[in-house]
Amino acid sequence: MKTSKRNRVVVVGNGMVSYKFCEKLIAKTNGSVEFSVTVFGEEPRAAYDRVHLSAFFSGQTADDLALASTEWYQENGIQLHLSDPVVAIDRERQEVRSHHGHIVPYDYLVLATGSGAFVPPVAGVEKEGVFVYRTIEDLELIQAHARKARRGAVLGGGLLGLEAAKALLDLGLDEAHVVEFAPRLMPRQIDAAGSEVLQRQLEALGLHIHLSKSTQQIVGTESIEALQFTDGTSLDVDMLVISAGIRPRDELAKAAGLATHPRGGIVVDDFLQTSDPAIFAVGECALAHQMIYGLVAPGYEMAEVVASRLCGQEKAFAPFDMSTKLKLIGVDVASFGDPLAEEPGCRTIRYENRAKGIYKRVNVSADGKELLGGILVGDAEQYNMLLQTCKNKMVLPPNPEDLILGTRGGEEAATGGVLGLPDDALICSCEAVTKAMICQEVTERGYTSVEDIKKANKACTGCGGCTPLVKDLIVGTMKQQGVYVRNVICEHFAYSRQELLDLTKMNNLRTYNEVLDAFGHGDGCETCKPLVASVLASLWNENVLEKGRATVQDSNDRFLANIQKGGTYSVVPRIPGGEITPDKLIVIGEVAKRYGLYTKITGGQRIDLFGAHVSDLPRIWEELIAAGFESGHAYGKALRTVKSCVGSTWCRFGVQDSVSFAIEVEDRYKGIRSPHKLKSAVSGCIRECAEAQSKDFGIIATEKGWNLYVCGNGGSKPQHAQLLATDVDKETCIRLIDRFLMFYIKTADPLTRTATWLNKMEGGMRYLKAVVVDDVLGIGEELEREMQGLITAFKCEWKEVVENPELRKRFTHFVNVPEVKDPTVDFAEMRGQKRAKEWA
Amino acid sequence: MELITNDKDKITWHLACRAEDVPEDGGACALIEGRQIAIFNFTRRNEWYATDNQCPHRQQMALARGMIGSQLDEPKVACPFHKKTFSLRDGSCLSGDAYRIETYPVRVKEGLVYVGL
Ligand code: SRM
Ligand SMILES: Cc1cc2nc3c(=O)[nH]c(=O)nc-3n(C[C@H](O)[C@H](O)[C@H](O)COP(=O)(O)OP(=O)(O)OC[C@H]3O[C@@H](n4cnc5c(N)ncnc54)[C@H](O)[C@@H]3O)c2cc1C
Ligand code: SF4
Ligand code: FES
Repeated sequence: MKTSKRNRVVVVGNGMVSYKFCEKLIAKTNGSVEFSVTVFGEEPRAAYDRVHLSAFFSGQTADDLALASTEWYQENGIQLHLSDPVVAIDRERQEVRSHHGHIVPYDYLVLATGSGAFVPPVAGVEKEGVFVYRTIEDLELIQAHARKARRGAVLGGGLLGLEAAKALLDLGLDEAHVVEFAPRLMPRQIDAAGSEVLQRQLEALGLHIHLSKSTQQIVGTESIEALQFTDGTSLDVDMLVISAGIRPRDELAKAAGLATHPRGGIVVDDFLQTSDPAIFAVGECALAHQMIYGLVAPGYEMAEVVASRLCGQEKAFAPFDMSTKLKLIGVDVASFGDPLAEEPGCRTIRYENRAKGIYKRVNVSADGKELLGGILVGDAEQYNMLLQTCKNKMVLPPNPEDLILGTRGGEEAATGGVLGLPDDALICSCEAVTKAMICQEVTERGYTSVEDIKKANKACTGCGGCTPLVKDLIVGTMKQQGVYVRNVICEHFAYSRQELLDLTKMNNLRTYNEVLDAFGHGDGCETCKPLVASVLASLWNENVLEKGRATVQDSNDRFLANIQKGGTYSVVPRIPGGEITPDKLIVIGEVAKRYGLYTKITGGQRIDLFGAHVSDLPRIWEELIAAGFESGHAYGKALRTVKSCVGSTWCRFGVQDSVSFAIEVEDRYKGIRSPHKLKSAVSGCIRECAEAQSKDFGIIATEKGWNLYVCGNGGSKPQHAQLLATDVDKETCIRLIDRFLMFYIKTADPLTRTATWLNKMEGGMRYLKAVVVDDVLGIGEELEREMQGLITAFKCEWKEVVENPELRKRFTHFVNVPEVKDPTVDFAEMRGQKRAKEWA
Repeated sequence: MELITNDKDKITWHLACRAEDVPEDGGACALIEGRQIAIFNFTRRNEWYATDNQCPHRQQMALARGMIGSQLDEPKVACPFHKKTFSLRDGSCLSGDAYRIETYPVRVKEGLVYVGL
């Protein structure tokens, strides 16, 4: 600042924006004592993170939420008065008076009084058990009351209301209701169709939702007992949280004669100046561009503008983007740009998948060139990219539906997109960091991790929503510079999976600790442990539970069963090719009855038995193994099933015996561990009843032999398998599969199915064919030999557990009372069987 | 169950299990005074930890079955259900959510594991 003596700054309010203003002012003056700053706060504690207020209910303390300690203010020479609201402003004398009688003169006054909850004029709001949701004190009151309450409601189905409703669930109320006046949820952010999808998801999670309900009265003698609606219905509740909107705290400004809006808000110009040039207003109390910005990011930008201006820099507050993305009880909801734009001014494209609870909508300009806005419910992965496309008016692809359906061209396209953004594209709106600022840190300072970028320019430190974009930018920029981007596993191993597999093999390492000692550092984690476990299994095929390997397995592998909701496990015996004798079927039925298991035919032509207590698993398997069953590896990254159609033995069209071949193939590759699961199928003719072309490797009978297809996938992004070999005999077919699988096992990234592996492979199918069929690398024989090694080493791991008391004793819930089962496990009844109880 | 009371800091030590009952670099759950406590034998660091067995994310009794490891130097456990991770030292959630679990002191003497509640 220039040598001005006008340097006394008073800030009214100590909320989020007030804090940010102080921080920015300190940063800009670089710690020198150019300003003397006094802050008055009405609340008893220094500014805290209101955005994450609800975290208070999941165990965070007021201290965890603090943005800065009172010491921070002291260290920076700021006078902080807490529990001491300003009660009057004397504009003539340029001084404020506080509740406790402090009178402080100012040259500049910054009003950052925020807003309070808007309480609609409904009779009975004063009753006990009625709350608002704004401060830590509000939450403490809610928490205390919830202990004796059973049924709670939230008035208002907007962003905050739904968050409050989640809090009621978290507080353990039996019932949580949301009452909304509008005919849909989040009426400001999403449309009717989006609201419907969201509603269904929230209802599935236990919320009760009442729309188009206008509350007439809150009934009850002293404490709330029910809500009475204008349509004559009512809802019994013993607590209510009102979340019907916000009301700017403009009372102080109004009393001082500053211009305020009839519906609330201190009127400011583009420089955030009120009608008195010495007084600024920022945050949720300020009415800029005719609106109240009810989000923290625009508030932070306002703080930046005023701090800059006090330091003599010209800066104006531009209309701010109100796009939001949030996770409501685990459901993603996002809206950006103009989410509700209507035709004819625009064209809308909608995608809805009710089964998955996904709704997406984009609004495209009438000429198809520009993205105007949109809505995402259930899956908001594309949010950042869409937001950037919209904000930067980027030219749309010829098929704008690709924006929400994906380009189907793989990941390259997505990252290419990030680098296509203009340099001034705002990546982190909380901290106003642009694309150029991030790329610069990478090119000039060599920063390559999100942590580095955070320290350099604070990107990703606010809401965190931009983190994926920042990651993409780092990687994209590095690639552009020709830096080889190493695909390392995690902080413990600076290698890719393939590199680690080679090193482990060359050094003949057999346990996780050996690998960690030789090539890693630290103590490992849930990323590298299962990865190394899978590498070890792929190399040596030794029992996954021995030599300390049990505890490095994912839970499913550690207990050789899939864990389910509630903590029980499923049992899937192998039924090769889907063929089973009546006697074996009876055994499955008997076992299921004895241990009270739910049974279902799976999509993989076998039977899944669900709901087994961990301590019952060895006994269940003992009985199954005695009847000739083996593990089905439904829990492992391993071969699942080889489906078959009935084929030439019975079918009038069949040209080969597909069942026999399927059984042979399943027996050959069972138990082999791979980067991800493997599925296969064999069809007896071109009608393809076994769906072999959707499998990792699929075989279809021809008049002359077999056609082999590879790299198909079902799942969320289905992909057809591609033809690898035509009319080959059985032996050739098996040899090619040996090579194909072993090549995949040795080179794929962790958790990558064969289809994705192929999509990422340079040269694609032509290269794969050259390696597997034409053996251009000359590794064919080696691959076959390695595969034979795995096949020979096969043992049913469940049989080994059943027969080994040391392994067996790990299958208990309580180590100190092995005979006791987990008492929290609970089931519900359904169609004469049981099902897992819903998540709490 | 044997009780050892330490009056000074008001911790009651409970005998939980034998050290060998808890797998190396892994966890096991013990029932103590009706509560489910996860006990971790962090052999690599030669440390023992105890926490609630319940994961606050979906209230699943599963942390003892989680994988342990470290983040920078902080010892942690990952819930097997959705891989939320928690510090074994202070119970804070390391995967960015606002959860917290209780942690308890552990003592191992003559092959026996004691947990202080
Ligand atoms: C039981 C079953 C559903 C059913 O009732 O029919 C099933 C159940 C599960 N599937 Fe599946 N899938 C089942 C057939 C399928 C199929 C159909 C098929 O195999 O013909 C597919 C699509 C085909 C494919 O994989 O290409 C399928 C695609 C998935 C996926 C997505 C894979 C992908 O590449 O995108 C997952 C998630 C994963 O593996 O990461 C999955 C994961 C799961 C898990 C393991 C989820 C989990 O981790 O808990 C479920 C375990 C159930 C349990 O506790 O036992 N399941 N799953 C089917 C078991 C088949 C079997 O006998 O082994
Ligand atoms: C539960 C909840 C969830 C939210 N979630 C999000 C979100 O996900 N994303 C998002 O962007 N925003 C969210 N918000 C909104 C966000 O918290 C606000 O935009 C932000 O806090 C505004 O900051 P502020 O400083 O303007 O106001 P506040 O943080 O409200 O601070 C104003 C302070 O001034 C004090 N005060 C008022 N009058 C006086 C006076 N006369 N003298 C002294 N002190 C006074 C008040 O007591 C208060 O402490 C959420 C809000 C809540 C309540
Ligand atoms: S694929 Fe062919 S052989 Fe198999 S069932 Fe269908 S028609 Fe019959
Ligand atoms: S239950 Fe633990 S992470 Fe979901």
